[in-house]
Amino acid sequence: MELSVLFFLTSGLFLGWALGANDAANVFGTAVGTRMIRFTTAAVICTVFVILGAVISGAGTTETLGKLGAINALPGSFMAAFAAALAVYLMTKAGLPVSTTQAIIGAIIGWNLFTNNATDPTALTKILSTWLICPILAAGFAMVLFKATTMALSRAKLHLIRQDAYTRLGLLLAGAFGAYSLGANNIANVMGVFVSASPFTDFEFAGLLTFSPTEQLFLLGALAIGFGVMTYSKRVMMTVGTGIMPLSPVAAWVVVVSHSLVLFLFASQGLESFLQSNGLPTIPLVPVSSSQAVVGAVLGIALLKGGRGIRWRVVGGIGAGWVVTPLIAGVVCFIGLFFLQNVFDQKVYAGGLGKAPVAIFSAPAGTAVGPDPAPARNKTL
Amino acid sequence: MELTKNISLFRHTRALENEIDEFLDKLSQSSLHFKIAVKVYLHDGSTTDFELKLQDVNKMESEADHLRRAIETKLYAQTLIPESRGDVLGLIENLDHLLNLFEGALWAFFIEKPEIPDEYHANYETLTDIAVESVEALVLASRAFFRNIEAVGDHNHKVMFYEKEADKVSTKLKQAIFNSELDLSRKAQLRNFVEHIDNIPDWAEDVADRLAIYAIKRTL
Repeated sequence: MELSVLFFLTSGLFLGWALGANDAANVFGTAVGTRMIRFTTAAVICTVFVILGAVISGAGTTETLGKLGAINALPGSFMAAFAAALAVYLMTKAGLPVSTTQAIIGAIIGWNLFTNNATDPTALTKILSTWLICPILAAGFAMVLFKATTMALSRAKLHLIRQDAYTRLGLLLAGAFGAYSLGANNIANVMGVFVSASPFTDFEFAGLLTFSPTEQLFLLGALAIGFGVMTYSKRVMMTVGTGIMPLSPVAAWVVVVSHSLVLFLFASQGLESFLQSNGLPTIPLVPVSSSQAVVGAVLGIALLKGGRGIRWRVVGGIGAGWVVTPLIAGVVCFIGLFFLQNVFDQKVYAGGLGKAPVAIFSAPAGTAVGPDPAPARNKTL
Repeated sequence: MELTKNISLFRHTRALENEIDEFLDKLSQSSLHFKIAVKVYLHDGSTTDFELKLQDVNKMESEADHLRRAIETKLYAQTLIPESRGDVLGLIENLDHLLNLFEGALWAFFIEKPEIPDEYHANYETLTDIAVESVEALVLASRAFFRNIEAVGDHNHKVMFYEKEADKVSTKLKQAIFNSELDLSRKAQLRNFVEHIDNIPDWAEDVADRLAIYAIKRTL
């Protein structure tokens, strides 16, 4: 493999690291923050299950992301991932909760605009609508689950000490499920933009298993996520639990399960084909924001309790972050691509080679900054 | 790693639950021993029976101390119930203080051997009964804190009730003592013994107040 290929992949790894550092806190933050689970344990479980989720079930959401804009040249992928990672990093530094999903979507749209490539309206609407549905769904799950759990606990009359032991085990299992769902749903954010331009070939392991180029990419991305979890997530984990409102360990468990269910629903190809085969409406396989899911779940519980104790200023900050993140990523990507193409003489768009989406808007003549995108226009999937 | 720790945690969980239950049993039994001991003293003075009851309470107090230390160590060593650990430790230590009050009052009877005139016996007995009832209600409230948080209030209000009743009886008793023809030194000594007993429902009420807050914290 060329050295330049490795270099271009580093921005994906940077994004993976940023995702691990931030989103692992959504899965295990409340458990570690309330000192129910040790950080080391949380980090190890999170890493293992993120890798499993990414490699086993990561394909579904990647396909949707690919439809939005198939970045088909490595330098282009590099810049998209770099812009997203930079946006995530900047927002984290500013103390705002961040969504890797929104960052990468912003970056892809930035790439689409720069290369004058069309943005698929269906895919975009699908993704944008899930950003709204995801927190609402998480809030709904959290409300039902919290009510059911508190009722069951009040009926079971468990000893405080035993309830504590069960909650720990529950947090551990829910965390593992959450990490798996995070890997499955969010690996598309990290490595999705590299799929069309994957430098890998099939890799056979002992003649038994064959790893496709995509799976190898996902493994690499998942390892980067794991590295982010191990190296930088502790601080975020310690603060996430009490950010919006203080949570009891049982409420923390409800939040993790609701978050994981939402991420799983939006990533499960198995569920999609099951619903399809039974003639039921399917759930779109879309990378959703784990931060949004957690915020939705916490707000769901808070509303169930009458809305007392919600720090609305924090909620407002989170809302603002949801708008600012894709904007920053889009602008950084656009500017970065300009420099990459015109200063470093890199081809950021391989016209016609990738899976270009249906054109929804045609840029006015002469506005295209990149190479001639004409071959890609009006091309159907 | 953590999973195996959790599985072994379930084994330790039952042991710790039993220790907490046993601690509350000791407190309840001590209060009953205390009640019998005061009655024995009022009827027969500092007899062997009284000394045996004193020994029973002493033994209970020292066993409860061992249990308290074991519970505290386990809670911290196994980092259990991080959210409620401080509250549980506070509760156990405050309950333990009641055992000290029982023991201290009986030792005072044993050492000072106060001569209590017959006309005050009924009120001393009533005061003791109320004090013990308040502790019994507190033990039930504490058990509810561990197993059935919603029931804490059902028992706590009884502790408050008994404390007020005890105040009434102790005030009446003190007034009767100081209106009598006894020497001032005896009056002061008899008043001290009223206070020895009256301190018990007072402390029980303080613990019940804190328990109410701990319960609210747990339901949040």
